[in-house]
Amino acid sequence: MENQEFEPKIVAFVCNWCTYAGADLTGTSRIKYGANVKIIRFPCTGRIDFMLLMKAFENGADGIIISGCHPNDCHYSTGNFHARRRWVVFRNLLNFSGIDTERIQFSWVSAAEGFKWADVVNNTIEKVRALGPYENYKKINVPTLFAKEDNNE
Amino acid sequence: MSDILINKVKQLLSDKAIDIFIGHGEGTGGRIRPIFVRTPEDAEQLIFNENCKQSWANYLLKPEVKAAGKIGMMATKHALRAMMQLASEFQIKDNEVLALYWDNNELKSSADFKEIEAYLASQNHDILPHEQEMIDKLNAMTTQERWDFWQKEYEKCIKCYACRSACPMCYCHHCAAEGNQPQWIPVASHQLGNMDWHLMRAMHLSGRCINCGACAKVCPMHIPLNLLTYNLITPIQQEFGAIAGMKHDATYALSTFKTEDKENFIL
Amino acid sequence: MEPIIKIIKSASLATIVDKLKGRYPRLYAPVKKQELVELEVINGFNDIAQDYLLTTQSVKKLAFPRVEKILDYTLQKGNIQQQSPDTSNFPETVLFGIRPCDASGFRSLTAIFNGDKPDEFYKSRYEKLIIISFACNKADAYCFCTSVGGNPGNTEGSDIQFTPVDNDEMLVEILTEKGKAVADLFSDLLSDCDKPVDKQAYLANVPVVFDVNKVIDNTTKSFNNEMLWINQSLRCIGCGACAFVCPTCACFDIQDEQNMKQGARLRLWDSCGFSLFTLHTSGHNPRHIQSHRWRQRLMHKFSYMPEQLKVVGCEGCGRCSRACPVDMNIKEHLLQIAEL
Repeated sequence: MENQEFEPKIVAFVCNWCTYAGADLTGTSRIKYGANVKIIRFPCTGRIDFMLLMKAFENGADGIIISGCHPNDCHYSTGNFHARRRWVVFRNLLNFSGIDTERIQFSWVSAAEGFKWADVVNNTIEKVRALGPYENYKKINVPTLFAKEDNNE
Repeated sequence: MSDILINKVKQLLSDKAIDIFIGHGEGTGGRIRPIFVRTPEDAEQLIFNENCKQSWANYLLKPEVKAAGKIGMMATKHALRAMMQLASEFQIKDNEVLALYWDNNELKSSADFKEIEAYLASQNHDILPHEQEMIDKLNAMTTQERWDFWQKEYEKCIKCYACRSACPMCYCHHCAAEGNQPQWIPVASHQLGNMDWHLMRAMHLSGRCINCGACAKVCPMHIPLNLLTYNLITPIQQEFGAIAGMKHDATYALSTFKTEDKENFIL
Repeated sequence: MEPIIKIIKSASLATIVDKLKGRYPRLYAPVKKQELVELEVINGFNDIAQDYLLTTQSVKKLAFPRVEKILDYTLQKGNIQQQSPDTSNFPETVLFGIRPCDASGFRSLTAIFNGDKPDEFYKSRYEKLIIISFACNKADAYCFCTSVGGNPGNTEGSDIQFTPVDNDEMLVEILTEKGKAVADLFSDLLSDCDKPVDKQAYLANVPVVFDVNKVIDNTTKSFNNEMLWINQSLRCIGCGACAFVCPTCACFDIQDEQNMKQGARLRLWDSCGFSLFTLHTSGHNPRHIQSHRWRQRLMHKFSYMPEQLKVVGCEGCGRCSRACPVDMNIKEHLLQIAEL
């Protein structure tokens, strides 16, 4: 019942050249998608440090989208190839340490794929809505720490 | 074994082939400790037995040790791999460090990367069976169980950074944990700070970890944090064909790519 | 006050723990956790580790936690609301079964924190501690309390001390008014001591290895003896394990953690072994190599503290040596300094 009122907070880390432009196209094409997503624009997926994902969860995100140019389409030629390797490894590490990788959606969305962007966002929102708030992380994140009265030990 | 080693080191020191030798010595209550030998007489304190499994490669870049002159080192298999990995990251040069190592009960000495590589290629570098078992056990758990397991472990961490200090690959003068603009890793040793630290460390060692296990062995709180990096060794080897510390001129798996790299989770 | 000496049956310990737990819910005792022995809140006697030498970490965390919030604030509509934790409200806490070296470790901490102006957090937490120590009947190769003025039956800092003696009996020394009030909870289990007990005979044998005054003199004189410090610390890898398990190390760092709406100021353990400890903003580091940091650690404990606070900053518990990843045994190093 609680989940009916739950609106997931999604953070999207996107590259400037493809996905951000794709999201722009979604808007100019008047395609509707969930307002739960906060888009953060990066020069390139290669610039998306793995720590940013953890910072997003720490600051209350329930889900994360990471998106950039399709392979071979990178504005800087190779940024997304490097990013792809990093994600393969990082996703494995997150999974191994018990962080729910279902909440992290990776995608390639080009500047021409306005529909795909709306789909990716809507599907992620629905998936995270079904999963519920990310309680595990909320138990250890910074605001919880501030509220803790007896911090003995 | 100790006698052969002692004689060899005595000779190296009196020939001025090396100025300082890092080896295994007798510690408190049967523990093994690193000792630094500068004179042929001091070489008498060296020992080598089946308990001498520690790698001292993390001393190769320590300023006081480097200042002593040409370094010789009693090298375990892991220490040699650490040397190769350090070389591939341009931290040591060919013929800079003289490594002594046992090859079929014969004490060999070499500072030549090619020779060390050939020796390493003949050795088995798998992680230990009980470690693999633990990794498999964790991978078989549900995500929530794994989370609970690791939170319990992270809770113990006091952030003494012994894992970082003992790791031969953690040589950065300015660690990411110390970066404070912005503050990536909370300095505090609370659960969040501890988790962030261990995940960041594991990620920075992915593709570089030479599975020496020093991080877990030195942990005063006995956190099995070597599993975090060990777990990444197999996928990196399978996906990218890269294994750390085998070649002095290898490329770091995460600083390169192939256009045909595979994944199954990107939409 | 004059110590009150009593005798108790070892079998009554479980009852004592139950009674204490009923009165003081925050009852800490050593608990075995795989390879570690940790001080934790226990539910009953069965939780307590049976065979332990020392807890892995010292007891200082009960008066000087590794993360202490010293203030917090919230931001609402441009108004900043700042508040400090209520230090008068720390709960009463019983430490049961800790060792004499841990109990006397509070002497150094108190000298540091309550020196010129009492530190509110430390003072309030320490005042709420009730310390019930167990004298040591065994020791290991790292122990050297007797060399720094302590002993395995040292009662300093304890409110009550138990010593296992013959016939499944324990000697009970009630040492303070606070201890007397606690002992009243189980006074029915205590019997009078009809003949004098030679406590010393039941204690662990910890030989004196060096003269602490020699160590104090020689460290003070050896500040510029570069090779001494380099040779001692060549294998030091610069982690903070020694400082964090030490019962008397009191260095801390202040950090702010915040988001857009709220923040907290935290006091965190720090260690002089870290290169970052002395790093200036300019990039200059006055202790630029590990040997200088090692020198600082020993000089602080054996030269600066005796000089300024009139206490030696070491209890001889040997935790630093046990925790040291590279087996830097402080006892050996101090012996070397004493023999200079």
